Amino acid sequence: MTSMSPKKPLGLRLLSNGFVIIWLILAVFPFMWTLWGSFKVELDFFSIADWTNALTGERTIITYGEAFTGAGYEGAWIQKEFWKAGLNTAIVCVFVVCISLTIGTLGGYALSRSSFRYTFWLLIIALIFRAMPPITLVSGYLLPFFEWNVWGLLPTTIVVLVAINQPFTLWMLHSFFQKIPKELDESAKVDGCTQFQAFRNVIIPVMWPGVVTTGLFSFLLAYNDFAVTSMLLAQDNQTMVPKIASFLGTTQTEGNVMFAVAAVVSATAPLFILVMFFQRQIVGGLTAGAVKG
Amino acid sequence: MKHKTFFWFFLPTGLAMLLFIAFPITSVFTQSVHAPHDAILISVETCDPFACKQELTQDSQATRLLRDTAPLGQWVGLQVYFDRSHLAVNEVADAWRSSDGMGEFVGKLNNLPFYRAMGFTLTYTFTVTPLLIILGFMIAVAVNSLHRHLKGLVIFFSLLPMIVTPLIGSLILFWMIDSRGIVGNGLQWLLEDPHLSLKASTGLTWITLIVYGVWHAAPFAFVVFYAGLQTLPQDTLESSKIDGASRMQQIRYVIIPHLMPLVTFVALIQLMDNFRVFEPIVGFNAEAHATSLSWIIFNDLAGETRLLSSAAATSVLTILGVSILLSPVLVRTWRDFKEKS
Repeated sequence: MTSMSPKKPLGLRLLSNGFVIIWLILAVFPFMWTLWGSFKVELDFFSIADWTNALTGERTIITYGEAFTGAGYEGAWIQKEFWKAGLNTAIVCVFVVCISLTIGTLGGYALSRSSFRYTFWLLIIALIFRAMPPITLVSGYLLPFFEWNVWGLLPTTIVVLVAINQPFTLWMLHSFFQKIPKELDESAKVDGCTQFQAFRNVIIPVMWPGVVTTGLFSFLLAYNDFAVTSMLLAQDNQTMVPKIASFLGTTQTEGNVMFAVAAVVSATAPLFILVMFFQRQIVGGLTAGAVKG
Repeated sequence: MKHKTFFWFFLPTGLAMLLFIAFPITSVFTQSVHAPHDAILISVETCDPFACKQELTQDSQATRLLRDTAPLGQWVGLQVYFDRSHLAVNEVADAWRSSDGMGEFVGKLNNLPFYRAMGFTLTYTFTVTPLLIILGFMIAVAVNSLHRHLKGLVIFFSLLPMIVTPLIGSLILFWMIDSRGIVGNGLQWLLEDPHLSLKASTGLTWITLIVYGVWHAAPFAFVVFYAGLQTLPQDTLESSKIDGASRMQQIRYVIIPHLMPLVTFVALIQLMDNFRVFEPIVGFNAEAHATSLSWIIFNDLAGETRLLSSAAATSVLTILGVSILLSPVLVRTWRDFKEKS
């Protein structure tokens, strides 16, 4: 369907465009509102007297002399040490993405090139694992991790997240590798390469689009995870999302909700940038599974 | 590819899944049939100037030793499953016998934590999934008729609710629906009820969570359907127009049948994802009115005394639920595989 719009009657066109506009407002307004409000004081962000205060920042002007203040950010990043959580998130995400792509590409490549029956069953098992809610696995982790004294550490969480990531990574990369013609590595093998050499010299140079897309989703999983990171990380090793959750308990009583608001906006910003640069890959990845099935 | 080469290629990922998914699942099963050891009691004779008394006290040393040598606890079979915080067999039987009608029975079930969570989880799963499919479809059709240059921009903004961390997304909405936030305040003004609070009643909390769920997942359905619309067979559409099909009829008889496989795909994925609803309950601070199975597990594990066995039993029950939802997907994959080979 190229476009039906030229032939559409005016009324229907208005209705359809109006609907898109309403949806856009629903999708974007909450983020814009919170971004704007994060530079205000709490009495403006939650304006009891008059909602326009949140826009003009009347109370903020009274307190700080300006309509915008970075007090919330200062409180969150410096006073509550949110920078530490940010650093932890960066470490976790980098390692999870690198490790799960490395072992995932090897596995996915093998699955796409082997024609034996067990590859199907391995994929099915991966699908079942993909469906398991990660929180159900957590109660299985805790006891052994306490026993081995590895609970609360970043590497433990990285390994767990890599494993939870594998089923999805395998499925995704498996379908990408299937699109790369088998003749490429077959001919390399005829020329005397081993399977691994064929993979290294022939497949690796052409696999990057698929790997980038898969990497994006691995990143999102690691970045967005709350269930695993909040249960497996000790207080000082917390990443951003569990840190924000633990803010909520303390800030509500201390009247520092703005710290949490600032932290939330800070944690959203990287995702915003990610979507901006990788929109095509994300859309491609979402539809890859669907169009195939 | 030879078996041996395959083995070495697959080993790292296979090992990761075996150690950190397959073993934990078995470990969860084992944990769920064990319960923590009871404290070992010893009787101690204490004498004061008047009399001597036998007292039972906890032998902390022996208890610790026992807990260290067998950290799993003692074997209790299915007892944990049947206790009050899980399937609550006795309580359900009692409620069944003593209730006059279905309504009273359901009301009594609602007081049992597991059934309460199950109630919300199922309601959430089976309302959010159809709603998000409908909303996603409407957005896809509307966006598809936009000008080419606008499409990219609209897709960019539409992705945001889905990409943003669920906990963060729900917090952002939570602050807005606060009675002092813009939406909460606006609703009060609109309905002329200054005491309206979306957090106060169970019904409104459920609606809020469901609205959040649809908001969060509709972009996924939108993107998938939008991609499907790009492959719409033009000749079928043209001939339906020549035959005089109205716009509604085109949608009904050409577009929807073309998208049907995608609808099934989205529905199956989303049923599984919505069944594990968890973060919004934390974000909306809604546990007083709505709990889910995942939330119960989290709550058991997060407390000062980690209730491992109880969490494990709920985990097993959740896994059973997921497997029921997963079975159609497996059947479909199996059928695809058979067709191919």
